[in-house]
Amino acid sequence: MKILVCISHVPDTTTKIKFDGNKLDENGVQFIIGPYDDYALARAVEIQGEKGATVTVLNVGTASTEPTIRKALAIGADDAIRVDAEPTDAMFVAKQIVAVAKAENYDMILMGRESSDFNGGLVHGLVGEMMGWPSIAPCMKLELNGDSATMAREIEGGKEYLEVGLPFVAGVQEPIAEWKIPNMRGIMMARKKPLKVIPPVEVEGVTEYQSFSLPEGKSECKMIDPDNIGELVNLLKNEAKVL
Amino acid sequence: MSVLVYIEADGGAVKKSSLEAVAYGAEIAKGEGSTAIAIATGTVVEAELAKLGKFGASKVLHVSDERLNDGGIQATANVVFQAAEKESANTLVMARSSLVDAIASRVAIKLGASVVTNVVDLPDTSNGFVVKRGVYTGKAFANVSVPGAKKVITIAKNAISPVESGDFASVEAFSASLSDTDFAVKRTKVEKAEGDILLPEADKVVSGGRGLKGPENWGMIEELAKSLGAATACSKPVSDMEWRPHHEHVGQTGIKISPTLYIAVGISGAIQHLAGVNSSKVIVVINKDAEAPFFKAADYGIVGDAFEVVPKLTEAIKAVL
Repeated sequence: MKILVCISHVPDTTTKIKFDGNKLDENGVQFIIGPYDDYALARAVEIQGEKGATVTVLNVGTASTEPTIRKALAIGADDAIRVDAEPTDAMFVAKQIVAVAKAENYDMILMGRESSDFNGGLVHGLVGEMMGWPSIAPCMKLELNGDSATMAREIEGGKEYLEVGLPFVAGVQEPIAEWKIPNMRGIMMARKKPLKVIPPVEVEGVTEYQSFSLPEGKSECKMIDPDNIGELVNLLKNEAKVL
Repeated sequence: MSVLVYIEADGGAVKKSSLEAVAYGAEIAKGEGSTAIAIATGTVVEAELAKLGKFGASKVLHVSDERLNDGGIQATANVVFQAAEKESANTLVMARSSLVDAIASRVAIKLGASVVTNVVDLPDTSNGFVVKRGVYTGKAFANVSVPGAKKVITIAKNAISPVESGDFASVEAFSASLSDTDFAVKRTKVEKAEGDILLPEADKVVSGGRGLKGPENWGMIEELAKSLGAATACSKPVSDMEWRPHHEHVGQTGIKISPTLYIAVGISGAIQHLAGVNSSKVIVVINKDAEAPFFKAADYGIVGDAFEVVPKLTEAIKAVL
């Protein structure tokens, strides 16, 4: 069994987002494996342990993402591929993934439901459609039974259970698996695992990010005495006009 | 040329978010001198579909195939694609949902269209086609230029305020050609809280955190929500500890919501939680810790014991509503 796990390289979730002109101000920003992608990786490594799969991680990024890729190898992926390019938009990234996937015979392609930086939530569906495979997202449970899989997918107000044959693409979220923290042995081994760098395929007509802005700041919070709850109701009704 | 709008229904009724999508599509159609046409799938009450005319749809296509009631990703994407081809649609507008988030990309590939998601405002067409979308999980916005003749757009809640006017639209049966491969993914079971207000659609939300100490104390959260006609939500630790189901988890890795009123009880307000709720119009925070960071993001705050404050608040609300 061969599993491809696609990971993004994103600012830590506690990052205070600031912009320097037209780009994210990366000063002091820690980069991590996309939190949803980290779940995909964790589940893939579990399947590797249960069924003996080969797990390849793929990242579309410049050389600056290599520490993130090494971390994925330390968590348990067998090898890695970096498509050497700035990931400009979802279509661009999806076409890089498809170019890699078409040259191999993966049984499944896993990734997060979305990246936590650009939140497009598109790559799994784009890849699925271009591969001619089903794509399922957000997938919150994944069990393999021979050449098919059972999944739980989150829907509004609940979840649905699905049965799907291999191969497929899934965009995952919790509680599919617990995030894994690399141990010392994993970190040592990751240094020797293969990381192949390949050039991107050309993609035309991508969307273009022109400028960024921050949400308007909140005005001062009005504090209300817990013994005067009526005041809160009054403010919600007559000042905020939300009741 | 036309603008196609995908209509999603829940229990046979058109979702409120789909009305926003129709209004959004109608605005784009007005700008380019075309018409907005709606497409609905599965079992939907016909009068609800006709009513889409009042929000700007000139015509409604309905694929009543019951197999589509399962909300299959592949099948729904194929139907929407076929409707777009039939109506020569250059733009497809859909309101974000669990299903729409999954199909937008597939339809875009079928159409050879550019695709942009989580759009929060009408496009600026003065120089090309530029939309504002939410990025960095609610922490920022980006202006994105979308190239190409064909576009797929998914909109966030409150991207537009739909206004009811005009006439009913005609509803036409549309039959899409679907094969077994469109139904290759089988739904075996669905677990859904019936009758509850759906969290992503909710106008008001009451949310509980670890400060509530245990799942047995959620009765007062539900009571408060009921008094307001609100949906209930929770923080990530609460969902991780399985005090509450995962579909109630709001935050960075959960659902992102933008209600007009968000009441957070016993939630400290970690940056990851704020990411899921900071586009709420009004935020009320109830926490016994005056230093809780959530107060900095709130409009109104009460420092107090949730077990005393929440029941009193419920009574006070019942008295005025």
